[in-house]
Amino acid sequence: MVKPTTITNDIRALRFANGEMTQADLAERIGVTRQTVIAIEQGKYSPSLELAFQIADVFGVPLGTVFQYPGRAS
Amino acid sequence: MPLEEKNAWFMGVIAILAYGAYLALLFAAAEGGTLHTVNYVPALLLTIGAAILANIALNIAVSIVSPKSARKKDDRDREIYRFGETGGQAFVIAGAVGAIILAMLEVDHFWIANEIYLAFVLSAVLASVLKIVGYRVGFQKW
Repeated sequence: MVKPTTITNDIRALRFANGEMTQADLAERIGVTRQTVIAIEQGKYSPSLELAFQIADVFGVPLGTVFQYPGRAS
Repeated sequence: MPLEEKNAWFMGVIAILAYGAYLALLFAAAEGGTLHTVNYVPALLLTIGAAILANIALNIAVSIVSPKSARKKDDRDREIYRFGETGGQAFVIAGAVGAIILAMLEVDHFWIANEIYLAFVLSAVLASVLKIVGYRVGFQKW
């Protein structure tokens, strides 16, 4: 549950690149609370696949641009 | 702090305070004598009832004073709530198993009731701790 995720995200950078969108604005557009956006940005909460796609849709980019998975360490 | 996290704090703290008050009433009534001869029922009902009412009152009060946006619940709140409640239920199951064993051993009603009450308290505290950890440390499902 609290095991840190290896999935990283660029939501913060994408928000700034999209007219300095606030966390509250993003939260409003994807239908979650601001605290949830903060938790996702900080890697403290992994959103559902649908929510992840919604975030990507807000920024108009593919899912892989928002979330990155480093892959299995060799 | 999200409204649901505040409610988790209330549930845990109230459960501990109510159980502490129950034990204080119980030991006061025992006056240094044997515990299982004490009429524990009034103290048990009083502290459980007070805990339920305090929880409801605090949840309503916090909901009223919180801004409308803070009252909104989303998937993360629901998932953390489910996670906390599921974890907390471990103590309810352990308590039920313990009560069956005590009943089969024909142990005094006092101990069976108190074992069940303790299981409920531990269940509430564990559920609260898990929810708070979910909010503070993080909650991953991927």
